[in-house]
Amino acid sequence: MTTSFFQNFPLRTGRTHEICLPNAQSFAFALGGYLGGAVLWICEDWLAGHINPIGFSTYMDPQNLLRVKTKDQTDSLAVAEEALRSGVVNLVVIELRQPLSFTAGRRLQLAAQTGESTGLCIIPEGQGNNAAETRWRCAPVFDQQDSTLQRWEITKNKSGTLAAWDVRWDAQTRRIIVVSKASQ
Amino acid sequence: MRKRVVSLWFPRLPSERVGRTQPIDAPFALIQHQGNSDRIYCLNAQAEQMGLQRGMGFSDARAFCPSLRSCPADPEADRYFLRILARWAGRYCPWVGLDGADGLVLNIAGSAHLFGGEAAMLADMRLRMARAGITVRIGLGDTRGAAWGLAHFGRTMAEEGATPEQIASLPVAALRLEEKTVVALQRLGVQQIADLIALPRATVTRRFGKEVLHRLDQALGELPEDISPLRPPAHYGVRMTLPEPIGLSADVMAGTERLLEQLCSKLKKDEKGARVLQLTLRRVDQASQQVELRLARPLRDAARILPLFERGVGQADAGYGIDQLRLEAIGVEPLPVQQMSHVGNQNKDRLDDLITRIGTRIGLENVQRFLPADSHIPEHSFIIAPAAYSTPEGPWFAQRPRPLHLFPPEAIAGVGKRPPERFRWRRMSFATGKATGPERIAPEWWLADENWSSGLRDYWKVDTKQGRRLWLFYTPQKPGWFVQGEFA
Repeated sequence: MTTSFFQNFPLRTGRTHEICLPNAQSFAFALGGYLGGAVLWICEDWLAGHINPIGFSTYMDPQNLLRVKTKDQTDSLAVAEEALRSGVVNLVVIELRQPLSFTAGRRLQLAAQTGESTGLCIIPEGQGNNAAETRWRCAPVFDQQDSTLQRWEITKNKSGTLAAWDVRWDAQTRRIIVVSKASQ
Repeated sequence: MRKRVVSLWFPRLPSERVGRTQPIDAPFALIQHQGNSDRIYCLNAQAEQMGLQRGMGFSDARAFCPSLRSCPADPEADRYFLRILARWAGRYCPWVGLDGADGLVLNIAGSAHLFGGEAAMLADMRLRMARAGITVRIGLGDTRGAAWGLAHFGRTMAEEGATPEQIASLPVAALRLEEKTVVALQRLGVQQIADLIALPRATVTRRFGKEVLHRLDQALGELPEDISPLRPPAHYGVRMTLPEPIGLSADVMAGTERLLEQLCSKLKKDEKGARVLQLTLRRVDQASQQVELRLARPLRDAARILPLFERGVGQADAGYGIDQLRLEAIGVEPLPVQQMSHVGNQNKDRLDDLITRIGTRIGLENVQRFLPADSHIPEHSFIIAPAAYSTPEGPWFAQRPRPLHLFPPEAIAGVGKRPPERFRWRRMSFATGKATGPERIAPEWWLADENWSSGLRDYWKVDTKQGRRLWLFYTPQKPGWFVQGEFA
């Protein structure tokens, strides 16, 4: 039995999900554009790089995005929990550097459940948390014609099976298009 | 009780205000654009000695005095400065009013003895103003009109009850008359106020209207004239003293709720909203703790503000108990009443409350939003502003593909104008699969930016065979290759 992409995307609300590098950001922006409404982007302030509003304006409206700079991961998690619990923002994106404890991951889940909003943790590879609803891996794929081709892969799924898809971003219609079935 | 009025005239207020921030030891003038030419608005003593005067064209003035330094006038700042001086003058008496754009008027009846008499008080004023570097001319009389005339034309103080004799020798211009009337009076040979007093009143009224005699009577004290003191600045603070000390945070919150209701009704009356609130908890051992709340929007809704205090109150240490609560709105902004609407913007209110709650933990300036800016330079094409002090702006559009993630340029090895076939970046090897470009971006020469000191940049979008799509640039004027961003 094969799972359809749109059974899994957009992500289930009221849960926290995880996404691995390197193309986590385009996944997060595509999801933010899909869900609409306010998006909170939490990152630590010592990081040199930052998201570029001109770049992601093709994915979602930068007017809807608020960026929060925190001094460490504890603050990031506190802000994320507060925002998820309030239910005002549809998507909370948290850039994490260190692995979460199970308690922290579970607290995020409970907060998301209370506020009925979606949480998305951007994690380094191999630092997943058991509490996450789904875990995705998102990597760009080289293609001579199409410069938005990516491979999206579910590597953990609490309520479904694992699968992988080749997708591309259609800038005209502003949506994700599944290109073809990738081999397992 | 007789009035005793002091009139302070600051003849060079605007230029001396600027001189206080940047000491100037040269001819200096403030320039204002009037009509269609720049004219001198105010000048310092050195510029006056060079023969310049107010209202003169600025280009003429520079021809007279090539070393003239100038600065644009700012009447708004001058008004603000005059209000500061009015506040200072409150040390002499509580009854201080503004007099035009460059003067103050004080009613010192009953307070002169505190300074050792009127003469000593005026000497004190002169001393303090001289120390502050502000020229002042002081007049003291029984009426406001007399004090004004003495300040502008007499430089003396009139003894109590001797006002008519003191001002009789002043020119008629000392009566605060229009320029046209003064000239007309002088043409008739009426030079001094004494000459005017000697004229029959009926003929003066017939010739010049009521204004002249009205001003004369005011100066002589036959008609009253008010000094309207400045309204004291509004104070938004309330407090509550408790008979028994409290320690539970629920009790403190209940006290805070009562204070907030009082404060909010006060704010509502003045159509103001609180931006920064400070709750002071005084304990029985006289130590006090402060809980500060910075709000993302001006607010005066007690029900919305109260839950935002929970975190701060929860962290406070009650010690042996708290017996006094004091709530003060430190930052206050205008918040006009708004039409209620059935199309609720409740979600926006909730978002503002969320920003406030996050701000109390990590600082309100760390919650930011992006605003568009007009620049081709990738890192200057947007502004990052605190969300609490800005509103969302748009529209946003990308004229050319731009990376999702920007970072400071990282050098890679490469030669030539075309992107290198193979390169290493962040300890990873890449092979160029497809390169799109170049897109040349020139530095903004009108802004000094050391990051762009290497000159022009040719940007390339490079799709690597490994998958990642990078934004590279080449600097032809100082050959080198850099990575500055990553696409989706």
